[in-house]
Amino acid sequence: MIETKKHYDIPEEDVFLSGHFACPGCGEALAVRYVLNTMGPDTIAVVPPSCISIISGAQPYSSMKIPVYQTTLEASAASAAGIKRALIRQGKDHVNVLALAGDGGTYDIGFQALSGAAERNEDFVYVCLDNEGYMNTGAQKSGASPHLVNTAFTPGGKPTVKKNVVEIMAAHGIPYVATATTGFPDDLARKVAKARDMKGLRFIVVLTPCLAGWGVKDDEGVKVSRLAVDTGMWPLYEVEYGTKYTINRGPQGVPVMEYLKLQSRYRHLTPEMADELQRETDRAWELLQARATCVVSVSNAEPIP
Amino acid sequence: MSAVKLENPALDPALLQERRMLLKGNHAVSYGVMRCRPEVIAMYPITPQTPIVEKIADLALTGEIDAEIMTCESEHSAMSACITASLTGVRVFTASASQGLFLMHEMLHYASGARTPIVMPIVNRTLGSPWGFWPDQTDSLAQRDTGWIQFYTEGGQESLDMVIQAYKIAENPDVMLPAMVCHEAFYVSHALEPITVPSQADVDAYLPPFNPEHRLDVDRKESWGNVVTQEMFYRHRRDMGISMSHVPDLVTKADVEFAERFGRGYGGILEKYRCEDAEMYIVAFGAMCGTIREAVDQMREKNLPVGLLKIRLFRPFPVQAIQEAVAGIPRLVVMERNYSPGLGGILHQELKAALFGMENAPLVHGYLAGVGGVNVSVDRIEELTRKALAETPVVESVWV
Repeated sequence: MIETKKHYDIPEEDVFLSGHFACPGCGEALAVRYVLNTMGPDTIAVVPPSCISIISGAQPYSSMKIPVYQTTLEASAASAAGIKRALIRQGKDHVNVLALAGDGGTYDIGFQALSGAAERNEDFVYVCLDNEGYMNTGAQKSGASPHLVNTAFTPGGKPTVKKNVVEIMAAHGIPYVATATTGFPDDLARKVAKARDMKGLRFIVVLTPCLAGWGVKDDEGVKVSRLAVDTGMWPLYEVEYGTKYTINRGPQGVPVMEYLKLQSRYRHLTPEMADELQRETDRAWELLQARATCVVSVSNAEPIP
Repeated sequence: MSAVKLENPALDPALLQERRMLLKGNHAVSYGVMRCRPEVIAMYPITPQTPIVEKIADLALTGEIDAEIMTCESEHSAMSACITASLTGVRVFTASASQGLFLMHEMLHYASGARTPIVMPIVNRTLGSPWGFWPDQTDSLAQRDTGWIQFYTEGGQESLDMVIQAYKIAENPDVMLPAMVCHEAFYVSHALEPITVPSQADVDAYLPPFNPEHRLDVDRKESWGNVVTQEMFYRHRRDMGISMSHVPDLVTKADVEFAERFGRGYGGILEKYRCEDAEMYIVAFGAMCGTIREAVDQMREKNLPVGLLKIRLFRPFPVQAIQEAVAGIPRLVVMERNYSPGLGGILHQELKAALFGMENAPLVHGYLAGVGGVNVSVDRIEELTRKALAETPVVESVWV
């Protein structure tokens, strides 16, 4: 199991630069740093409208020392696939293609293109930077917004649960699916490196606390990220070829309220609502453990031909 | 990921020579695409376009086409992939029609904005609702503001030849804009005709490899699509307009060069058929031109001095060429197969705008003759021609 640390010594390439346009303390900028600096300079990035498109910089500036193509909100996976197919024809198969999309561009409007690319097992890395809503446009609800959360579109609390994009992507049978979050940067960087060195469609969803959108203090982004894992609301795990589960870090016995109380988007919660979220989290963790044990016992991970 | 290919496809050298084949209009397009050697082909089915990409899949299996084949989950993704593959520096192809073209609409603007010279045949079909499968050009005409060059063709041979010419024009460094080659559902797409597929060597000599100045490349580190200022956007759109303005001359040149090499020419921007001493031109584009030719022959036999003015290039709209072509002609009658509610026939309206301010401009009649794919026969064309000669035109397009 991975541990929390105060100091990290993660090898980084010089791809993501300082002076970018992210808010101070932004979880997404932290994630982008480890994603890009692990992917390395032989990478072409695809970015849809999202906070990442702002962070990557306005013309003529760029915070990323690699070619970046900014596409439309629903097209990231198709755009990435088109680049890779062209690179194959040019004999440049060694160049990585990376889609860097938000949760709206992944769980919602971009899902059709992503699912299509997964079905075709297109050869690129797709990283979803999940801040659980349309934060770039002012914190509206997305399919990634959790149950009962307050967003601009669900001021009374979201009535339905967060879409389980990890299991949906795993069900495509693609080579690699993983969760990660910024509070565990060594785990994030390891997963990106692992994905980078595989072929086919690789999907990593990174929980990236949005300080403004979640109502988190400027210096508590990492703390909130770690609590998401330690309460069990965001277990860290990997699924290879839809069957081989590896759980990296699950809940550490911390009640979900410890995570929720640091975020103003949950301040309307009643004790009953908090209990409901605790029960849902416990049940989801049980399900994940069961799935991890049972699926591995019936089938070894097999590459897609 | 890539398409399955037959093992060791033994390509008969004869396949690379000029071939005379009996082909549907859509399959003629497929063979034209084959000769253009696109490297990435994105496909999604929609009636009546599907035979184009089905045939391409067959040709890829036998090795006659050597390309990355992407069987996309939607037209939107097909166009999205074409844009980035083109930006990465390879020649790309896709095709669409009707609803599929409309699903692409957002990406059509993106393609021209990114200056990607994609060539995409459109098989013109009615738009829902209600459902229909009939020839009607409203689908591609409704894309006239997307920054795509648009050609309208009359038959399978012209479509095949225009695919080749379209790549040459679109990829010209002074243009770098995408192009549609539009032909109509069933009348052209599914009609069998004797077709000449040019030799690979001749097409290679006519169409140079695609080698764009800018591309997504880790060694160059150029990016595309970043947020720009108002002034940058203004300049970008102005530059697109300048590129569009180069197109008419290049269309003429491409047609002349094509005729020299292949022995077939189409008149470039427009074609005049039996227009000598005409009192009136019938102005049309697409498949209806074939029927109008016969009607003109029939009317000439009866000493009715009318001719056909076939518009081949619709975007950019060739205002100067049209003004020159109609100078001194008293009347024009537009017969068309499309409709913009609240405006009328789109060619009718564009034509009138093109003639505005012209000295001694002809009177212009606009007849919504073939909307929804209704048959416009030779006799019907004669009837409509006589009607136009006998009446004063009204401002609006007329349901006849």
